[in-house]
Amino acid sequence: MTELNLVQAINRTLRDAMRQDPNILLLGEDIGVNGGVFRATEGLFKEFGADRVIDTPLSETGIVGAAIGMALYGLKPVAEIQFLDFIYPAFDQIVSELAKFRYRSGGQYPAHVVIRSPYGGGIKGGLYHSQSTEAYFCHTAGIKVVVPSTPADARGLLFSAIDDEDPVLFLEPKRIYRSLTGEVPDGTHRVPFGRARIVREGSDVTLFAYGAMAPLAAEAAETLSRDGVSAEVVDLRSLVPLDEATCIASVEKTGRAVIVHEAARFCGFGAELAAVLAEKALYSLKAPIVRVTGFDTPFPYALENLYLPNAERIVHAARNAVRAS
Amino acid sequence: MVEPGTLPVAPTVSGAQALGEAALRDAYQLMVMARATDERCLMLQRQGRIGFYAPLMGQEAAQVGASRALTPEDWVFPAYRELAVALARGVPLKAIFDQLLGNADDAIKGRQMPNHFGFRTVNFVVASSPIGTQITQAVGAAMAAQRRKDPIVTIAFFGDGATSSNDFHAGLNFAGVFQCPSIFFCQNNQWAISMPRKRQTRSATLAEKAAAYGIPGVLVDGNDIHAVYDAVREARARAVAGGGPTMIEAEVYRFGPHSTSDDPKRYQTDQELLAAKERDPIGRLKAELIAAGHWHEDADRKLWEDARALVSRTFEAAEKGKPLDPRSLFDDVFAEMTPRLAEERAGFDARLREGATKS
Repeated sequence: MTELNLVQAINRTLRDAMRQDPNILLLGEDIGVNGGVFRATEGLFKEFGADRVIDTPLSETGIVGAAIGMALYGLKPVAEIQFLDFIYPAFDQIVSELAKFRYRSGGQYPAHVVIRSPYGGGIKGGLYHSQSTEAYFCHTAGIKVVVPSTPADARGLLFSAIDDEDPVLFLEPKRIYRSLTGEVPDGTHRVPFGRARIVREGSDVTLFAYGAMAPLAAEAAETLSRDGVSAEVVDLRSLVPLDEATCIASVEKTGRAVIVHEAARFCGFGAELAAVLAEKALYSLKAPIVRVTGFDTPFPYALENLYLPNAERIVHAARNAVRAS
Repeated sequence: MVEPGTLPVAPTVSGAQALGEAALRDAYQLMVMARATDERCLMLQRQGRIGFYAPLMGQEAAQVGASRALTPEDWVFPAYRELAVALARGVPLKAIFDQLLGNADDAIKGRQMPNHFGFRTVNFVVASSPIGTQITQAVGAAMAAQRRKDPIVTIAFFGDGATSSNDFHAGLNFAGVFQCPSIFFCQNNQWAISMPRKRQTRSATLAEKAAAYGIPGVLVDGNDIHAVYDAVREARARAVAGGGPTMIEAEVYRFGPHSTSDDPKRYQTDQELLAAKERDPIGRLKAELIAAGHWHEDADRKLWEDARALVSRTFEAAEKGKPLDPRSLFDDVFAEMTPRLAEERAGFDARLREGATKS
């Protein structure tokens, strides 16, 4: 075990995976000589060289398109998109190509590409360095979407992403890259996809969150406990595939669901989760499902802290849910 | 008449001399085979026996000439009009028809509309509809081959319209920067559905665009199989020797519609089409073979008869193929089915058993 922050855990995991498998290579903007704008690839260029840590021209469609070609040929590319906000030039490659290669070729051409990308707000990044648009990708069949919220899960999910035979979008909550540390297993610790993590057990209400919202949900649960409200916190970790069983079991126990994400509410991931709970756990619900999310506005700059969910908003929503029944 | 698919794949390889008599006759037979297939498929679509078709007529010399300069180990990243490339790489006609029909033998399991086939066995990557996306992918595969030190090239086929796409720019730019073994083979057939070549770019030629990426750009007469073959052979030799990528523009003319969903009379003059047909690559190669004493009219008549008969026979055999298993709808989304998909399939299965859902 080593005490690491989230970005250090990602860095070590990339390093360890590359040491184990010469087919793994990285490509992206500023990831080589510069070590990545968030330093996620620090030191890897020096250790593995320009053939395996490839500084590319400034073109996201080039990065993802080339990564697809490499994967078809048998390598295991891990592409970095510098900010999720800049992924859209590659949207066609991801949605039309990467996600569909296995299916559209009848299984002849699986394309195993991992795309890592920092996402989310809380860093004073304004419109174009803050958004949380995972739902666009979750909506597309054929690509998995995972989001760690702890350094240990970052390592475990990233190893699993690299091992996986399918394309994976690995979203990194940049707001908590360095703000929290945790014990990280040194070995090849893997967190399987499709398994949510119960962060804290409770009996009155379930708080569902992922990424940078998970620690806020835990903080809210702590506040609620002082009021005598027992909140269970579920960190989804894996959006596609979704661990429906754990989500349903939790709501069957607590009877109340508060879904937290920083993405805008309309057609956000919470809408899918709320629908799953309504379809499969309606009779366990004692109160309406509540969503605590970003607003349906573009992501603001100066008023960022009012846009983003915080522990107080989560507590407020949970109290209302408990009071409602 | 030798059926494509029973031929040895790509009998000539880069570094060999110019196409010899046997190779030319073989290329000619393939071109006729592709044309006969096109003609038949346009009719089949009118008859409602296939849903869609995008003919390549007019591009046979470009496709066969380029294919013959490649080795079986090279990787082809096609657009959706590369029937003759697939045949030249040894794909049996039956496999093409199975794909047009989406039957149980279709290599891509009925997942895409006609012409979007792919055959891993001959390194013919599965096509898609978005324009130009295969270009960056071909570059990535070439970068992978470069890293593995495999003596191969990847070749991206695309049209004049694709030179306006994001991925054309990104792909050529990456290839220029990384000097990977890529060939960009642009079949300029003068039309992107209804938009003439001049609506894509003010550039005098498409080939000259390569210069901006620091890579050689070569303009060839795509109706001249020798010119195409030589250009690809040279590009291939340079790429494998570490000399980097090449873009080739093969000037051709699209004799047919963009696809069966389109009527070229709305935007194309008869005069222009007739003038283009004067330069028909099949007529040109036939005349050359006859003049050289390698071919004669009787053999030609027989070739066409045989080709048409083979196309009919093969299509009828494919039409007798079994339909797809409806349950295959849920396969190949992921390597392993997710719980969500398994649940959806279970519900679908239950309805099928009740007879409620027709396939």
